[in-house]
Amino acid sequence: MAVLEGAVFAILLTCLLVIIRLYIVVKTGPNYKPGAKGPVAVLVVAGSGGHTTEILRLMESLSAAYTPRHYVIADTDRMSEEKICTFESSRHFDSESQVLCNGPGTCVPLCVAGLLLGILGMKKVLLVYVESICRVQTLSLTGKILYPLSDYFFVQWSSLRDKYPKSIFLGRIV
Amino acid sequence: MKTVFVTVGTTSFDELIESITSPETVQALKARGYERLVLQVGRGSLLPAADSCPHIRLQAYRFKDSIAEDIKQADLVISHAGAGSCLEALGAGKSLLVVVNDKLMNNHQLEMARQLHMDSHLLYCTCSTLTQTLRTMDLSVLQPFLPGQPKNFANFLDKALGVQ
Repeated sequence: MAVLEGAVFAILLTCLLVIIRLYIVVKTGPNYKPGAKGPVAVLVVAGSGGHTTEILRLMESLSAAYTPRHYVIADTDRMSEEKICTFESSRHFDSESQVLCNGPGTCVPLCVAGLLLGILGMKKVLLVYVESICRVQTLSLTGKILYPLSDYFFVQWSSLRDKYPKSIFLGRIV
Repeated sequence: MKTVFVTVGTTSFDELIESITSPETVQALKARGYERLVLQVGRGSLLPAADSCPHIRLQAYRFKDSIAEDIKQADLVISHAGAGSCLEALGAGKSLLVVVNDKLMNNHQLEMARQLHMDSHLLYCTCSTLTQTLRTMDLSVLQPFLPGQPKNFANFLDKALGVQ
């Protein structure tokens, strides 16, 4: 009986520690300045069709300081793979990017993995989420999940900025 | 030759393809002076044969690496409500009529079409109102669509991340 009680206590304590660590990880986002130390490595999650177009427009605007760039696409998404390869080869600076294939709907698990690295005290991974331009009044499910967890959460219409005060609104950015 | 370009992006939208090639709709297009109809049908099951429509010059294909040229040559673009297709047509400065697929679940595409319509950047309708819209539409009310500014995103991120 004591063993069972001990096990339950251990589990509850671990959960509490994880929650506290998660809170700390999420709160320290604004203070983390990886750009001051050197190049900023980027992992880019490309959704299907239009989402890839949107994210490549954003990537186009980033300077050479953002390297290496790794892309994650769905293994069924040939079109995104081609768009990314065309985009990367048109950039003239040292292209150390990698395309990683994974199943669809990879965005949330990847972000959770990033948070886990922070929770375990191994590495701080900044989560930057840009909601699609087609979201005017409501967030996507991914957006709703990542809103409390992201370090920088961008929306592209003022109606969303009003509903989600923690979001960043710079007008249309794609 | 006045041209209409129809695009469904990476989706399938058989109802639109069927509607736009129906006799009443072709008649409405002709009445407006359109003589050429180019269809990009994506994953749809309907792929009309070239010139299978009497009264109008018809071309149809599934995908191209880039539809930029077809958009450039069009006088009117009719599109599904996908963001990429809409932005590409609007970015090229073309008159855009968006046809909303009301059979899609949780049709969040409507949000953007509705907002851009409210801002007078495009017209929109459904398949059932397509013919009527083509008959009565006034393209002169459409306002130019200014491109998005990804540089604002880059500048913000540089500052936030301490990039030199």
